[in-house]
Amino acid sequence: MAGISLRKLRKTYGELRVIHDIDLEIADKEFIILVGPSGCGKSTTLRMIAGLEEISGGDLVIGDTIVNDVPSKDRDIAMVFQNYALYPHMTVYKNMAFGLELRRHPREDIDRKVKDAAEVLDITHLLNRKPKALSGGQRQRVALGRAMVRSPEVFLLDEPLSNLDAKLRTAMRAEITKLHRRLDATFIYVTHDQVEAMTMADRIVVMKDGYIQQVDTPQVLYDEPANMFVAGFIGAPQMNFLDVIIRKTAGGFAAEYEGQLLPLPEHLARAVAGHEGRSCVLGLRPENFHERPPVDVDPALTAPVEMSVELAEPMGAEVHLNGKLGSHGIIARVSPRCRARTGDTVPLIADLSAAHLFDKETEIALRTGRPAH
Amino acid sequence: MTSVSLATSSETLKRPPRRINWGLILTYAVVIIVTLTMLAPFVWMLSASLKLDRDVFAFPIEWIPSEPRWQNYIDIWTKIPLGIFVLNTTKLTVIVTVLQLLTSSFAAYAFAKLHFPYRNALFLAYIATIAMPWQVYMVPQFILMREFGLNNTHMALICLQAFTAFGVFLMRQFYMSIPDELCEAARIDGMSEYGIWWRIMLPLSMPALSTLTIFTFVNTWNDFLGPLIYLTKTDLKTIQIGIRMFITQYTQEYGLIMAASVVSLIPVLIVFLALQRFFVEGIASTGLKG
Repeated sequence: MAGISLRKLRKTYGELRVIHDIDLEIADKEFIILVGPSGCGKSTTLRMIAGLEEISGGDLVIGDTIVNDVPSKDRDIAMVFQNYALYPHMTVYKNMAFGLELRRHPREDIDRKVKDAAEVLDITHLLNRKPKALSGGQRQRVALGRAMVRSPEVFLLDEPLSNLDAKLRTAMRAEITKLHRRLDATFIYVTHDQVEAMTMADRIVVMKDGYIQQVDTPQVLYDEPANMFVAGFIGAPQMNFLDVIIRKTAGGFAAEYEGQLLPLPEHLARAVAGHEGRSCVLGLRPENFHERPPVDVDPALTAPVEMSVELAEPMGAEVHLNGKLGSHGIIARVSPRCRARTGDTVPLIADLSAAHLFDKETEIALRTGRPAH
Repeated sequence: MTSVSLATSSETLKRPPRRINWGLILTYAVVIIVTLTMLAPFVWMLSASLKLDRDVFAFPIEWIPSEPRWQNYIDIWTKIPLGIFVLNTTKLTVIVTVLQLLTSSFAAYAFAKLHFPYRNALFLAYIATIAMPWQVYMVPQFILMREFGLNNTHMALICLQAFTAFGVFLMRQFYMSIPDELCEAARIDGMSEYGIWWRIMLPLSMPALSTLTIFTFVNTWNDFLGPLIYLTKTDLKTIQIGIRMFITQYTQEYGLIMAASVVSLIPVLIVFLALQRFFVEGIASTGLKG
């Protein structure tokens, strides 16, 4: 049993507070990803769990023990570092066996575990090489292997894929997900790449400036971001934000954007009822703009808009249009059949059924209940 | 088409005439002169070691003696107890070098990789001692050692030379270039700080250790002032002060002095040649390599 609890966990460097009393419950065998921009405190949090950083306040509980003062080696964890941190003067075999040797495991036992792990990671043919004779991807596998042979309850991974090229990264992403299922252990993974977070995690922890912004499954984070930061961080290209004013209309409520009324769906209308005239921020994802009326959306919840295109980026399966909607810059994701070019004005249909609304001051999401989809 | 036009154009192409690079010639000339100036004393020493005393200062210099006097190399062992001096010097040099390597790398590990209060201030204070000339404090130091009862013992020199701020500085700069993650990975693997120093840091710091070995070995081997102050008994003396026994009130046996100097140079040369590959690498990478 290796559930992990962070209870009012705090980290300070002198006067500077970098982690602000965060609370987090990580279930046994969960794959949890800490994500956020540089300097948000995700790596510091991971290093506190690893025992590499002193905990300034609060409690860290692994299983049913408070481990604040337990040294790293006794926490039953293994860590994979961003730069792999393989011992340069030892062979791959020795690198993987080292932790077990220090714990005085029997020689045959070590041999079996190293060879099993090497088999799983497909690095058996590299066992006698030194790290400098390996490619980035191979070093990554060795680093994973070194963690695996110890069979720890908790794996900590600190941006393990950030030094790999794009293709290898995609391949390793799938491998790490498979490895998690196979090893049946708790994985805590740090990344600044929201695609990694979305594709691999059971749950994602979004952090900013030492605070946790939201903790939930990838789909819920995408569909129901708690605030503008999460809404902007999760999803690529990022969500478009428009400054709007709430108006009451005959059919319910609408958001007025530069003179145009954009109808609001029921769950947003309920949240802003009685707040006519209030300034808000409307969030629309790039895929909520269409060239033709979408078939599965109530036409009453769509609005025609005109976008002046500044740049069209063909992605193969889709085209990203960068441009202006009135005075705000937006990105729309349309089909590759779209022939719009720089300088064109394109008529688009905005699908408001999936819109998000945020308070302009607090940037917190306004909604009641789940959206319709 | 392309291949045809390429063929014709390569035939018609002209190569500009080769110019004499005077700058390069000048550089070489300067380098050769400097090299000869550096080597001349060594060659003179070698040449003088094979001459009679009265021929040593003959002018013009006879670089290759017409009658080399090999007897000098036999006399140096019989006229003074050179064997004992070599033994004493070897003992002191080996012990001091090993101790310096251990203490320097050990302290450097703490200064580079461990966090403790006032670490940087302490390091700075320690490094500042490099700026203090030894001549300033050698007398008080001698009085202190005498109080400890270490006068006229090898122990005095060993105690004084086993610790070096320069060595700590050199090793620390090298350790700073080794990623912290290696130490962290080792800590998670279950190693103690002593273990990390011994099994991770030391094997990785061969270039820096070699550099320090050369510096320490040469310095200790060639040390003159230290043994001169602390060692007065003949059977404790080192080679460098032992050679002085060829200089008496009325005579200086230059041929023998030079022969003994050549002998004393051999171990230094061997150590340097054995480690020079690491040494050059170490000088190039110390404190710079990421």
